[in-house]
Amino acid sequence: MIVPLDHMLIVAAVIFCIGLTGVLARRNILLTLMSIEIMLNASGFAFIAAGTKWGHPDGQAMFIFILTMAAAEVAVGLALIFQIVHRFKTLDADAVSSMRG
Amino acid sequence: MAAVFYISSALAILATLMVITRSQIVHALLYMVLSLFSIAVAFFSIGAAFAAALEIIVYAGAIMVLFVFAIMTINPQGEKTGIGIATRLRAWGLPVVMSLIIFGEVLYVFVHATFGEAQPKFVTAKEVGITLFGQYAVAVELASILLLSGLVGAYHIGRRKKS
Repeated sequence: MIVPLDHMLIVAAVIFCIGLTGVLARRNILLTLMSIEIMLNASGFAFIAAGTKWGHPDGQAMFIFILTMAAAEVAVGLALIFQIVHRFKTLDADAVSSMRG
Repeated sequence: MAAVFYISSALAILATLMVITRSQIVHALLYMVLSLFSIAVAFFSIGAAFAAALEIIVYAGAIMVLFVFAIMTINPQGEKTGIGIATRLRAWGLPVVMSLIIFGEVLYVFVHATFGEAQPKFVTAKEVGITLFGQYAVAVELASILLLSGLVGAYHIGRRKKS
């Protein structure tokens, strides 16, 4: 093992926590979506680290599924953001704070 | 090879830190692309070449390009409406503290766990393909249904209604 498994998992955890901070602290909706992508990428990193540790291709297969889900989620999320910008004319998450009726 | 992993993962962490702290969205996007490329290099260095290529092609090449197109279409005014980082410094205290607590717990678990040793093995694309279409064939079909539903959903949600 050229790199110990806990080093790889620690790198994945650091990137995940950075993405978590981005989701909680940023008010811009696009940056929140990007931070969610960071978190998904970090969890995929953990899967690949576990897969290469045992020499199985299952880690990369799981990474492909995570990638698929992230792509579908980004498409739907960006469509929702388009509608929000069309109605509220801003990317501020605090502006979308009321429901009609 | 281990030096390549450490250097690229340090670059990925630095680039990800720059992503969440930029006030202009385009800067954050470009740093995100850099972070994805660094993670792909880290994947290459530990023997997961297929995943690294997929990360570059799909994540940095399709998802980030989707973000770029969205930002070009939305044309945001980040500074005027005050969504930048400098105006919201007070908002960073609690998220940073919570993330550090979570990271501390994860660090404790990883350091105190006993991982066995394994032989370094380069996992090829052929093995991943055999696994995907042999063992996880149902999951591949479900992923394709998910992509179809994402496509239809994105089209329906993003449609401008004339009425």
